[in-house]
Amino acid sequence: MRFARLVWANLMRRKLRTGLTMGSIFVAFLLFGILCTIREAFSAGINLAGADRLIVRHRVSLIMLLPRSYAERIAAVPGVDAVVHWTWFNGVYRDDPRNFFGTFPVEPDAFLDMHREYELPEDQANAWRRTRTGAIVGRALADRFGWAIGDRIPLVSPLWPRDGGGAWEFEVVGIFEAAKRQADTSNFFFRHDYFDEARAEGKGQIGWFMVRVDDPDRTAEVAAAIDAEFANSPAETKAEPEGAFAQGFIEQIGSIGTILMAILGAVFFTILLVAGNTMAQAVRERTQEIGVLKALGFTGSRVLWIVLAESCLLAAIGGLAGLAAAWAITVGGSPVPALLPVFYLPGRDLLIGAALVVALGIVAGALPAIAAMRLQVAAALRRNA
Amino acid sequence: MTRTSTMDHPSLDGGAALVEVVGVEKTFRRGAEEIHVLAGLDLEVPSGEFLALMGPSGSGKSTLLNLIGGLDRPTRGSVTVGGERIDSMPGRRLAAWRARHVGLVFQFYNLLPVLSAERNVELPLLLTSLTRGERRRHVAAALSVVGLSNRARHTPRTLSGGEQQRVGIARAIVSDPTILLCDEPTGDLDRRSADEILALLQALNAEHGKTIVMVTHDPHASARATRTVHLDKGLLEATPPEESGR
Repeated sequence: MRFARLVWANLMRRKLRTGLTMGSIFVAFLLFGILCTIREAFSAGINLAGADRLIVRHRVSLIMLLPRSYAERIAAVPGVDAVVHWTWFNGVYRDDPRNFFGTFPVEPDAFLDMHREYELPEDQANAWRRTRTGAIVGRALADRFGWAIGDRIPLVSPLWPRDGGGAWEFEVVGIFEAAKRQADTSNFFFRHDYFDEARAEGKGQIGWFMVRVDDPDRTAEVAAAIDAEFANSPAETKAEPEGAFAQGFIEQIGSIGTILMAILGAVFFTILLVAGNTMAQAVRERTQEIGVLKALGFTGSRVLWIVLAESCLLAAIGGLAGLAAAWAITVGGSPVPALLPVFYLPGRDLLIGAALVVALGIVAGALPAIAAMRLQVAAALRRNA
Repeated sequence: MTRTSTMDHPSLDGGAALVEVVGVEKTFRRGAEEIHVLAGLDLEVPSGEFLALMGPSGSGKSTLLNLIGGLDRPTRGSVTVGGERIDSMPGRRLAAWRARHVGLVFQFYNLLPVLSAERNVELPLLLTSLTRGERRRHVAAALSVVGLSNRARHTPRTLSGGEQQRVGIARAIVSDPTILLCDEPTGDLDRRSADEILALLQALNAEHGKTIVMVTHDPHASARATRTVHLDKGLLEATPPEESGR
C-alpha cells in the first residue's frame, strides 16, 4: 500500500493515453459481459436440462410427427418414470408474425409434474384443469403483452388451422414463474385435448415426447430401449438426453459458443496489444526515473511489482467498470424477449471476467516490467546525461 | 536535521578511510570498441571529508562516483565503503546497501515529475519500516534543513532549478545516509542558486558531519570542498596547491 500513491501517480501521468486505454478495456469487458449473457440465453435450455430427462422425436426430423399412442408404449419401457408430449403450434398473435412466442398444446397434469422448473399456484393449476380453452403463460410473456388472468387471447396457426376456420381462442387462467433462473417464461401452454379435437388435420399426432427416467445413470440404456421398441415401424424414433437435444437444436444456427469465443478471442488479443503498448510506452518514457528509483535502493523485483501493479490497476479500472456496465444492462431484462427470453449475466461469467482482468493486467505489464527490472542503474542515468 | 539515523544500520564511521578505491579499472564497450574510462585508480576518502572530484569531460569523474555509490561495478579492482566490499556485493544486497548508506544528488535533480516535493523526498523512506507518521516527520525535517518547508506540496515543474535541487538534496539526506554523492550538483544552476546549494552542502558537511564526494567542473564549487582531486584519462593527478581546498 505504501507504493500505491506512486503507482497511481504514474498511471495518471498521461491522462489522455490512460483514459483511452481504459476506455478500450472497458468496451472489451462490456462486450464480454453482453456476449456471455447471449451465450447463456442460448444455452439456458442445455443448462436447465434435467439429467433424468430424454427427448424422443421422429428419427428423420423434429418436424415430423409421432403417434400420440406411443406414449403408452414408452411408459411401459423399463426405467421410464413419466411421459409427456409437446407439439409445436406456431401461434401468431394479432396476425403479426413479429409477435412471436412459443406455443404448445400439452396435457396439464403430466406437464406440471414433469416441469418443476415452472411454478404455478395451485388454484391456477386447478383452473387450467377445469377450463378446456384455458392457457397458462409465462411471466415474461404476460409482462410483454400486458396480459392478466381472465384475458382472452386469439391465436392463428399457419401449421394447425382450426376445423371450420377462424382463430383459436384461449383464456389466460394462470401465469407461471421461473423456479430456476434459466427457466424460460416466455412460452404459452394450452390444453392438448382442446387442440386435438378442434384441429382440422393430424388428429392423434404429436411433436415429440419428453421422458423422465427413474435413474439418471440409465438414460442411455433407456433411450436405446425406446428406440428399439419402435425400430422398423413407420415412425421410428430417436431418443436422446434433453441437454443433447437442446444443444443440437441451437447448433442448427451454428456453434454459438465457438462463434462468441472467436469474437472474444479477437477482442482480447487486440486489447492485450493496446494495453501492452500503453505499458511499454509508459515504462520506456520513464527509463531515467526507474534508474533513479533503483539508485535510491529500489530492487529490481520491487520495480517489477510496481510496474505490474500499474498495469493491473489500468486493467482493473477499465475491466471491472465494463463488467459492471454489462451487469447493469442485463439486469434490466432482455431488449428482445421474443428472441432471448432468458437474459442475465451469470455470476460464473463475472468471476471469469474478473480473472481475465487480472490476467490482462499481468500479461500486458509483464514484458515492460521485466525490462524495468533488468534496467542497469548507471545506463539508465547516463541516458539523461 | 537530526544526526540520529532514521534507519537501523551500523555506523560506517570507522575512523579510518570511509571510502577505499584500490586499483580500479572500468572499461565500457561500444560495439567492437573498448573504452577505458578508469585505469588502475586508487583513492581514499576519510570520514567527514568534503571531496571535490574535478577533471575534463570523459575523464571518469561520474564513473568513479557511480562506483563509490554502488551504481556500477568496476572491471577490475575493489571499492570498499565503510569496510564493506561493494564491488562484489550481489545486486539485491547492493540495492539495500545503497538505500541505507548512500544519498545521491544529480545534476538534473532527477525528481519524479508526477510527485510533489514531499513525496519525492519520501521515496527513500518507502524502503524502510517507518510508519506513515514517522516518514512525514522525517520528510518535514529534511525539507526544513533545505529551507523548503513552504514548498512541500509543489510539484517539480512549479519549482525553480535551485528549489528542485534543494528537494533533491532533501531526498538525499532524508534517510541520514553515511555518504552524500553529488554529480555536478550546480551544473544546471545560475550562480546565485549554485552558491546556495554549495553553502547547503558545506553546512551538511561542517555541521552534520556528512561525508560528501562531489563531481564538478566548476573551480568555484570545488573551492567549497575540503579537498580537491583531479582526474584525467582515468587516473588521479597531483592536486595543484591553489585548488586543494580550504
